[in-house]
Amino acid sequence: MKFPFISRPSVAVGLATLVLLFVCTRCPAQFTPSTGPGSTNLIPQAQLIQPQELVHLLQAAGTGKPLLLQVGSHLLFDEAHITGSVYVGAGSQPAGLQQLQSMAASLSKKKFIVLYCGCCPWNRCPNLGPAFTLLHDMGFTNVKVLYLANNLGTDWVAKGYPVERSH
Amino acid sequence: MSAVTSQRIARKAAPGPEEGPARSFALRRFALILLLVAACLAAGGTRSAHAATSLVHKRAPEFVRTDLGHKRLDLNAYRGKVVLLNFWATWCAPCQVEMPSFVAWQKKYGPQGLQVIGISLDDDPALVRSLYGKLKLNYPVAMGDVKLGDLYGGVLGLPVTYLIDRHGMIQAEFQGEADLGKIEMQLQLLLPSR
Repeated sequence: MKFPFISRPSVAVGLATLVLLFVCTRCPAQFTPSTGPGSTNLIPQAQLIQPQELVHLLQAAGTGKPLLLQVGSHLLFDEAHITGSVYVGAGSQPAGLQQLQSMAASLSKKKFIVLYCGCCPWNRCPNLGPAFTLLHDMGFTNVKVLYLANNLGTDWVAKGYPVERSH
Repeated sequence: MSAVTSQRIARKAAPGPEEGPARSFALRRFALILLLVAACLAAGGTRSAHAATSLVHKRAPEFVRTDLGHKRLDLNAYRGKVVLLNFWATWCAPCQVEMPSFVAWQKKYGPQGLQVIGISLDDDPALVRSLYGKLKLNYPVAMGDVKLGDLYGGVLGLPVTYLIDRHGMIQAEFQGEADLGKIEMQLQLLLPSR
């Protein structure tokens, strides 16, 4: 291949290296979300469930399926939610926690429950921590929390996992 | 030192007439590879963070809503301006990290033709009004709904920000906790030079 504008190959290499360095310095570094005061640090690692694991549970036949509770935004729930899940109110709001408490009051303490939200990046979610803490304090012993690293759209819907809409 | 060894050293120090073109070709090929890598990196740097349902390089879906000040908010009316369209909510911590910058940019770049528009995905408008005053937002905010979320490909996680150029085309999309420096850099590229 010819470079009509560059007569000497060593000059070509030098120029190309400069271009590469220039581009690299202009490219933003991989952005790492800051760890903010999200509520998910209240949830023990052992209580997390990964999306694929939950999909397997939902697809499996039998009675081992969990009760799925969405504890985030109602509007986002209306847009899309995990098939079969129930909206119980935002865990960050007193009204949402009240709703969760009322609903959970009639359940067996051994009931297998999976909480999820997916409103924001995991370490920024304000809803899951209070919801999990409430169920734990009520004596529930089999509560898992769905780990959605980014949000429901990216980590569940875009992967083709089962969803439905409210209307 | 033997005569044979001396010849080898001499060849390494000064390439013979048959080695020159080959070395030159190899160097040029290396230069080409470097340029290609640079081009790929440059292209990757401006790509949307959510390629699967990306609206980038598509016409921004039009909508009309009433903002918190009871004024008509028609996206189409901002044709000719660069629009930063931000989906947010009061419960979204990263959203509130970004919003002071949007206020500053509206003030700084507004005269150059920037218009920031906020769409809240809260369930309760009262919470939005409260935060609107607290953060001293200087741009219109309207309440979103499922229909608007659907128009933008399903807003299923916040924050989400779009940069729309003066012709109404979406030029960039940022999902999640975005790099504000990157948003501002792309914003500046869309604004007309002073």
